Amino acid sequence: MIRVMLPQHLRTLARVEGEVKLEVDGPVTQRSVLDALEGRYPVLRGTIRDHVTQQRRPFVRFFACEQDLSHELPDAPLPDAVATGAEPFLVVGAIAGG
Amino acid sequence: MNGVRVLVGTRKGAFVLTSDGKRDRWDVSGPHFAGWEIYHLKGSPVEPNRLYASQCSGWFGQIIQRSDDGGKTWFPPGSKLDELTTPEGMPKGESNKFVYDTSPKTGKPLTTHQWYDGTQHPWEFKRVWHLEPSLTNPDVVYAGVEDAAIFRSTDGGKSWQELAGLRGHGSGPQWSPGAGGMCLHTILLDPSDPGRIFIAISAAGAFRTDDAGKAWRPINRGLKSEYIPDPSAEVGHCVHRIAMHRSRPRVLFMQKHWDVMRSDDAGESWHEISGNLPTDFGFPIDVHAHEPDTIYVVPIKSDSEHYPPDGKLRAYRSRTGGNEWEALTKGLPQRDCYVNVLRDAMAIDSLDPCGVYFGTTGGQVYASANAGDNWAPIVRDLPAVLSVEVQTLP
Repeated sequence: MIRVMLPQHLRTLARVEGEVKLEVDGPVTQRSVLDALEGRYPVLRGTIRDHVTQQRRPFVRFFACEQDLSHELPDAPLPDAVATGAEPFLVVGAIAGG
Repeated sequence: MNGVRVLVGTRKGAFVLTSDGKRDRWDVSGPHFAGWEIYHLKGSPVEPNRLYASQCSGWFGQIIQRSDDGGKTWFPPGSKLDELTTPEGMPKGESNKFVYDTSPKTGKPLTTHQWYDGTQHPWEFKRVWHLEPSLTNPDVVYAGVEDAAIFRSTDGGKSWQELAGLRGHGSGPQWSPGAGGMCLHTILLDPSDPGRIFIAISAAGAFRTDDAGKAWRPINRGLKSEYIPDPSAEVGHCVHRIAMHRSRPRVLFMQKHWDVMRSDDAGESWHEISGNLPTDFGFPIDVHAHEPDTIYVVPIKSDSEHYPPDGKLRAYRSRTGGNEWEALTKGLPQRDCYVNVLRDAMAIDSLDPCGVYFGTTGGQVYASANAGDNWAPIVRDLPAVLSVEVQTLP
């Protein structure tokens, strides 16, 4: 079970409260987690990654285990603590603007 | 009794203001989509409770919202449970998917426009500036987007397809962004001709299609813009807004960056009607509901000072189709006022006398229930207003 914490605006959009819990088949990577997230909540497609390029939107960051994973390759394995559900995968709106 | 519903898009959410036909007491609902920029909301003329909204943010991109109950509840089109999967079972979630058409069959392989430094720059979708529901079908809606292009949905906003002939016109490499971005902000549907659509782009100019969006051509003859190398060029003009009266769709009124203009031949030629305006810079322009030659603008001091001249907020009305203008001041602040009124932030209802509405970057929405003679604020302290639309309800 993968735990994902979304920023408030995306929780509102997806109509969820608190953490999202996902089942991910195969290796646990940014791509597989986000695929599972968007599969469960299609309204989030395009809000975290570009629809076509699948690149992370510039002001969205990925944190886990007190690390910034935003620049990791999308198919790189996420930390074991995320894969086991011990730690959440955080989707964060970068601090910018007002 | 008739009523009105005013749809207000702001920097931090949407607001729905409702009143009866007297238009002196208002209920305020909102913020809807709190914290998001709402560039525009508009209702279907044939199904008034069908509303479309453009919701966007610098963080999370574009969302399209729809209401089928007049703004009480909203949902991204296609997000209901029975709409979420294709026959193959994969999620759709495409109501916010605006992808430029570069296919050999229907798109043109036009991939760049002029950037600020004069170099060519790839087209990049940023946001929807304007939503224009069809005059006849509530499931058909057009979207004007930045970087400038026009999209159409025929399924109530669930999916969007570009009308690529506009970018394929051939002048695209000469289009360049205005200070607000390279946006397609105006879409006018001709009520007498289903194939005719007018659009305007900052900073490219006005264009028209006569075949429902397949082929487009610029309609900028007569415009003069000193801020481009050839002031009379075919494209490159910073058109801020175009308006028409539905009874006379060949007559168009334009607020350009500088200059208020008029065309009597569906945009084939334009002539200036700025007349005695204190300044002919501004953003919105609109037409009286029952008098096709009565038009409204809000003069702004200059392109570098986006506020009213002399700190006095004055709408101007011409009852002669331009050139002769009168200041409308009663109820509007006449000192120390330094707000702006953006291009999509004026609207006119169809009651008699018609109501005129505009919103400011200071968060006020002003209303006049007598065609501009007297004004009062409906609300004073919203976030900066990006757009105002009004629906006249049965």
